[in-house]
Amino acid sequence: MSRVHGYGRVETGRTLTFTFDGRTYTGHPGDTLASALLANGVHLVGSSVKLGRPHGISAAWTEDATALVQIERPFPEPMLQATTVELVDGLVARGLRGQGRLASLADPARYDRQHTHTDTLVIGAGPAGLLAALAAARAGEDVVLVDDRSCAGGALTGTEVVDGRPALEFVADVVEELARLGVRHLQRTTAFGQYDDGFVLALQRRTDHLGAAAPAHRGRQRVHRIRALKVVVATGAQERPIVFADNDRPGIMLAASARDYLHRYGVLAGREVVVFTSDDAAYAAALDLAGAGSEVTLLDVRDAPPREWAARAADAGVAVHASAVVTGTEGEQRVRAVLARTVDGGIRLPADLLLVSGGWNPVVHLFSHARGALAYDPELGSFRPTSSLPGVTAIGAANGTLDLAGVLRDGAGPDAPVAGPEPARTPTGIVWRTEGDPDRQFVDIQRDATVTDIGRAVGAGLRSVEHVKRYTTIGTAHDQGKTSGVLASGITAELLGARIEDLGTTTYRPPYTPVAFAALAGRSRGELFDPVRTTPLHEWHVAAGAVFEDVGQWKRPRYYPRPGEDMDTAVLRECAATRSGVGILDGSTLGKIDVQGPDAGVLLDRLYTNMMSTLKVGRVRYGVLCGNDGMVLDDGTVLRIDEHRYLLTTTTGGAATVLDWMEEWLQTEWPELRVHLTSVTEQWSVFPVVGPRSREVVGEVFADLDVGNDAFPFMAWRDTTLDGVPVRVARISFSGELAYEVNVCSWYAPALWTRLLAAGQRHGITPYGTETMHVLRAEKGYPIIGQDTDGTVSPQDLGMSWVVSKKKDDFVGKRSFSRPENHNPLRKQFVSLLPVDGRTRLPEGSQIVELCDDGLPEPPVPMLGHVTSSYHSAELARPFALALVKNGRARIGELVDVPVDGALVRALIGDTVLVDPEGARRDG
Amino acid sequence: MNDVTTAPGADLPEHPDFLWRNPEPKKNYDVVIIGGGGHGLATAHYLAKNHGITNVAVLEKGWLAGGNMARNTTLIRSNYLWDESAAIYEHALKLWEGLEDDLGYPILFSQRGVLNLAHTEQDIRDSVRRVEANKLNGIDAEWLGPDEVKRICPIINTSGDIRYPVRGATYQPRAGIAKHDYVAWGFARRVDEAGVDLIQDCEVTGFTVDGDRVTGVRTSRGDIGCGTVALCAAGHTSVLLDELGVRTPLQSHPLQALVSELLEPVHPTIVMSNAVHVYVSQAHKGELVMGAGVDSYNGYGQRGAFHIIERQMAAAVELFPVFARAHLLRSWAGIVDVTPDASPIVGHTPYENVFVNAGWGTGGFKATPGLGWCFAHTIAHGQPHPYVAPFSLDRFTTGALVDEHGAAAVAH
Amino acid sequence: MQLIHCPWCGPREEVEFHYGGQAELAYPERPAELSDQDWAEYVFYRDNPKGPFAERWSHNAGCRRWFTAVRDTRTYRFLGTAKPGEPLPVTQQREARV
Repeated sequence: MSRVHGYGRVETGRTLTFTFDGRTYTGHPGDTLASALLANGVHLVGSSVKLGRPHGISAAWTEDATALVQIERPFPEPMLQATTVELVDGLVARGLRGQGRLASLADPARYDRQHTHTDTLVIGAGPAGLLAALAAARAGEDVVLVDDRSCAGGALTGTEVVDGRPALEFVADVVEELARLGVRHLQRTTAFGQYDDGFVLALQRRTDHLGAAAPAHRGRQRVHRIRALKVVVATGAQERPIVFADNDRPGIMLAASARDYLHRYGVLAGREVVVFTSDDAAYAAALDLAGAGSEVTLLDVRDAPPREWAARAADAGVAVHASAVVTGTEGEQRVRAVLARTVDGGIRLPADLLLVSGGWNPVVHLFSHARGALAYDPELGSFRPTSSLPGVTAIGAANGTLDLAGVLRDGAGPDAPVAGPEPARTPTGIVWRTEGDPDRQFVDIQRDATVTDIGRAVGAGLRSVEHVKRYTTIGTAHDQGKTSGVLASGITAELLGARIEDLGTTTYRPPYTPVAFAALAGRSRGELFDPVRTTPLHEWHVAAGAVFEDVGQWKRPRYYPRPGEDMDTAVLRECAATRSGVGILDGSTLGKIDVQGPDAGVLLDRLYTNMMSTLKVGRVRYGVLCGNDGMVLDDGTVLRIDEHRYLLTTTTGGAATVLDWMEEWLQTEWPELRVHLTSVTEQWSVFPVVGPRSREVVGEVFADLDVGNDAFPFMAWRDTTLDGVPVRVARISFSGELAYEVNVCSWYAPALWTRLLAAGQRHGITPYGTETMHVLRAEKGYPIIGQDTDGTVSPQDLGMSWVVSKKKDDFVGKRSFSRPENHNPLRKQFVSLLPVDGRTRLPEGSQIVELCDDGLPEPPVPMLGHVTSSYHSAELARPFALALVKNGRARIGELVDVPVDGALVRALIGDTVLVDPEGARRDG
Repeated sequence: MNDVTTAPGADLPEHPDFLWRNPEPKKNYDVVIIGGGGHGLATAHYLAKNHGITNVAVLEKGWLAGGNMARNTTLIRSNYLWDESAAIYEHALKLWEGLEDDLGYPILFSQRGVLNLAHTEQDIRDSVRRVEANKLNGIDAEWLGPDEVKRICPIINTSGDIRYPVRGATYQPRAGIAKHDYVAWGFARRVDEAGVDLIQDCEVTGFTVDGDRVTGVRTSRGDIGCGTVALCAAGHTSVLLDELGVRTPLQSHPLQALVSELLEPVHPTIVMSNAVHVYVSQAHKGELVMGAGVDSYNGYGQRGAFHIIERQMAAAVELFPVFARAHLLRSWAGIVDVTPDASPIVGHTPYENVFVNAGWGTGGFKATPGLGWCFAHTIAHGQPHPYVAPFSLDRFTTGALVDEHGAAAVAH
Repeated sequence: MQLIHCPWCGPREEVEFHYGGQAELAYPERPAELSDQDWAEYVFYRDNPKGPFAERWSHNAGCRRWFTAVRDTRTYRFLGTAKPGEPLPVTQQREARV
C-alpha cells in the first residue's frame, strides 16, 4: 500500500471495495479510482490505441492523458478518466485500449437542466476564483461559482499559507462567507462551454459520488445553462510535460499531480522518484515527496536552478542536477529506471516514479470558446488570453499568473490576502523535447503519435498545425490535446524552423471535457421530446379505441376500428356510413386565425389568390395562399364574421406557419394596415357533421337554427346557442356531402360532441378519423396541401385557376405565375388515376411512367409524375388515386404504367372529381 | 478489422511521405481556382486528368481543405428525389467507387448504406416517392419496414414508446462514408504531381476586370493573371462575387457537427431522420459522428449555437437509447452556402471567363468527385456539363427550380 | 447563443426568436411591371455580407413582433436593434448588456 499516514483528506475510517480489471481492491471515500489504484500500487491501467504500449496514470485530474477506463458497474459508461471517477463501493471498472463500450440497455438515470441568470459567474474555485466570487458577492452582486472538483481550493495543496493560516483554512473561511452571502456555489460542476453574451454551460455531477446512497429522486447529472453579465475564467493552469524517449510508461506523471495525490489522497505515487523539470514548481513536488519518505533525485534542464529551491532541496536530501535532461526510460509495466544526460555524462537512475514538469499551460479553453484571442507568451512557453472579451476576464493561472501572491491579487485586487513567503519564481526553461530517438518520443501519448510523425508531416510538405494535427492525429484523442497541443505546436515550429508565435495552436472547441449525450438531452425525451397536442376530445377518442396518427405535434384519430377490423375495413365502413347516413369528425386541430380590424379585407385580398373583401357577412369562401414563388403554401376557408372581422382556417400542420407568415407581411410590409391577427386554434373546437342525414342531426340539436337550404345555404355560417352556450355552424363540406361544421368554445367540446352523437344515434352517426376524411375529400378531388402538393405546385397545377382572381392587380405570388416555367406545357398537373384492373391500390408515392408494353426499359426511365393519394373507395367500389402528372389534364383518358413491386400496374388518367361531379349532394 | 489483437484505430492507413510542394505563385495561370477545398482540388484533378489542363493554380486563403472539407460528416449517397440531383450525385457516387484507385490513396470509402427514417404517414409517402424515383433512375434504393430497419441497425428504437415512432426507412446500400482528410490529400497530391500549384495562405481580395472578362485576381500573396477563374469557395462565394458586382441567391449559415469518443462498433450503417433531426454514423476509429441542423441565421463564424447541439443529442438518445452515456467529445461548425431551392449553382456568371460553383449546402462533400468532373468539363469547354446544366443561376428567373427543399419539407 | 434585445421586451434568449433574413426589402410597388429577372431578385436574391448585416427578426416566442437588427455575421454580435420604421441601428454602439 502506498497510503502515507498523516497525509490526505480521504476518509480512512471507511473502506470501499471496488474491482479493477477483475481484481478486487479497497479504497476510501474521497478517493478517485486513480488514487485508489495508486494506493494499491497499481500503475498499469490500460494500453495504447495503436501500439498496445502499457499506459498508467499520468496526472491527477482532467489533464490525465493515459488512464482511460470503462465503467461496468453500477452502469456501463465508456471511456472515463480514472482520475476523475470518484470511488464508490461496488464500482467495477477495467482499463481500456482505445474504444469504450456502450451499454446494451437504455440508461435508467434521469438528467435535467436548469437555467440560471446571474450578475457574475466565476469558473473555478481555486484561490483566484474564490476571491473573485467573494469580491463580487461583497459588492452586492448575484454570484454563481462553479468548480469541477469535489471541493474548493483548486491547486492549493494545503501546505501553503494565506493570511498567516493554512491555505485550506482560508479556503474554508471563504467558502463559508460565500454561503452566507448567498452565492450559488456548485462543486463537481464543470463549465464545459462558453458561448455568446455570457452564456456558459456547466455539467453538475449529482449522484455518482454517492453510490448506493444517492436519493432515487435525484437526477444523475444536470446541465446548468448560465447567462451571466460577467464571466470570470479562473480555471487555473495545467502542467506541461516535456517529451523524451519512452515518456509514455506507467509511473511517469506530471510533477504537481504527484503532489496532489499526496496531499489530497494521502498516496505516495513512488518511493524512488526522479523529478525532471524546467520549472520551479516541481521542486515543491520533489520536497513534498521527499518529506513523505521518498528518495528523490531532481534533474533541472536549466543551467541555473533556482537558488532558494535548490538550497531547500539540499536540506531535504534531494540531489539536484542542473543542465540535465531525461533521454529515456526503462521498464515495461512500470518505469524501472530513468536514463539521463547530465553535465557528467549519461546516467541511469533506478526509479519507480518519474515526475515531469515543463511549465504551465493556462486553461484557456472557455476563454477561447467565446472567441477570446490567444497569443503565445514566450515566458510561459504557452498561449494565454490577450485581448479582452466583453464581459469575460481570465484571472490567476488561467491568465498566466503562476505565483500564489499574484493569483490572490488577481482574485481580490490590492487588498488581497497575503501569501506566505515562498521562493520567488525564476524563469521557466522552455523545452518541448529532449534529445533521443524520435520514434519513441510520444507527443500525444493517447494517439501513440511521436516526434517522428511530426517530422514526417513536415517532410510531406505540411506547414500548418492543423495539417500536422490531421496527419499525425495529435490532439484528436479523448483529451483533445490538453497536454499535447502546445507541445505539438512547439515541436512543429522547431522542425519547420518557424516561430511558434506564427504557427499558433489548433482551435479549442467545446466541450472542455466530454459530456454524456443523455445529459445534453436532459428531459427532452419520449413524450417531452416534442410537445404532444391533443384536442378536448382526446379521452373520448382513446375510450372509443381510436388509432392515432401524428400530424405535426397533434395526435389525431386516424380511424376507429371495431373488433376484428383492420384499417381498410374500418375506413370503408366509416366512408360508407358517412356518404349514406351521417358521420362526425373531430376537426379541432384545424388552424384558426381571428383577423380583426378595418383593413382586414385589404390584408386578405393581398394574401389570398382570390378576393376576400367582397365576401358577405355570414358567408364562407375557400381560399388559397401562395408564397412569393407562386407555389401553394396553404388553403382553407374564410368566414366573414362582420365588416371588420374574418375567421380563417388553415391546415392542421400549417397553422403556425400561416400565422407567422401573415404577421410577417402585416408587420414588415404593411404596418399601416389596421389589422390584428390572433390564433384561436385551441379556443374553438370543430366537428364536421357530414352526410345526407346531417341536417336532421344538426337540426335536432340546435332547435333555434333553421338548417334548411334556403335559410342556411351552402358556404354560409350561422351563430346559435345551445343551453346558453354560443355555437357557430358553417355549411362547409370537405366531402361533397351535405355537411355542417359545428364550432364551439373548447370548454364545451366534450358536452357538445356527446349531444351530437346522441342526436345522431338513430341515424347511425359514425365517428370517423383522418383516413376517412382523406378518402372522402379525395373522391371529390380536393387536394391536401402538403400531401398532394410539395412546394412546387401552383394553383393552376391543381386545376384551381378558378380560385385565382383575375380582377386583383396583385396578390402575393401572382407575379410568379407569369414566369416562363409556370407556362411549361410539361408542368405536372393534378389528376386522378384509376388502376385498370379495378383491384390494385397504387402505393402513395409510386412513380408514373409512359406505357411500356415490353416491361420497364433500362434506367434512367423518364418519369411523368407520382401518386400523391390513393385509397379504396366504398362509393366507387374500387381503388383510385390522385396524382401529379406532366401535362396531365391534356392526357385525361390516356393510359400510363405505374411500377409497383417489380410489376407494372396500368392506370387511366382521369378528372380529379370521381364522386358526384355535378355537386348534387352538397345540399342534401 | 477481424484481427481482434489489432487495436481500433491502428488500421487507419498512414499518409504518404510526400504530399505537395509549397510553391510561390506564378505570374499567370490558364486557370485559377479560388478555394482549395474538396471541390477546388477535385476540379483541378479532373482538369489535369480529363482535359490535360495543368497550368492551374488552386488558391486557398487558409490551409488546404481546411474549410467545410475538414468539417463535414463525410456522408456519401445519391438517393435524391429529382432527376437533376440524382444524376450528379449518382455520377459522384460512381466516381467515389473508383476513387481510391484513381488517386492511389486510401480514402477509406466504406459503403455501409444509409437509412432515411420515416416517422409519419407523409414521411412514408415521400420516402416511397423517392425510392421509386431512385429505382427508375438506376439508383439502388429500397423501402424498408420497421422490422427490416431493426435488422440492419439493431440499436434503433423501433418500438412505439418514442415520440415519433419509426415507421420505416428508405435504404441505399451503396451509400457510405469516407475519410475526408484522406480524400482531400489524395486529390491534392495527384494535382500537385500533375504540376498544379497549390497555394495556401493566399486570400483573394479582388479582381482585375477588363470588360466582361476577369484578367487577374488580387491576392494576399500578390496579383495573379488568369485565363479562366473558377470559384469553389463555398460559404465565401458571395464575398468574392460581391467584388465582381455579381449577385447570387446564396446565404451562408453555420452548420454544426460533433463526435463522441471512440466506441466499440455498435452502429453498422448511417441513419438520417428529418423529423427527429438526426444524422449519425460510426466512423472508422469508432467515434460516433453526427451532423446537427443548420443554424438559422447567416454567419461566417464557424461556430454555432449550443441549443442546436442539445436538440441533436435529444434526438439521438430518443432514437438510439444506447447512446445515453456516449460522450460529446468535440463540436465544431462549418459555413454552408444554401440556395432557395437547396440545390447548387454551377455554371456561367455574367463574366465570360468566370465560372461559379456554390450553394451545395449540406451536400458538398458527397458531390466532390462528381462536381469536380463536371466543373472541369465546364471550364475546359466553356459550356456546362449536362449534369450541372440544370443548376444554372437563371433557374431562379425562369422558375425552373430543382426544389429538393420543397420535396423534403412538407406541411400536412 | 445570443442574448437578443427585443426592442419591446428587452434582452431575451435566442431560442425565442425567429430569423427573417435581410431587412429593408420592400415589396415591389407594381410587381406586374417587373422583369422576370427583377422579380427573381426580389423573391430569391439576398445580400450575404461578411460583416454588419441589417436583418429582420421576430420575437415569435415572446411578443410576436418583428424588428430590425444589425448584426455582424463574422462574430454574430448584435450591433443594435430597432422597431420597424425606426432608423436602422447601424451607427449605434452596442448597448451595455443589461
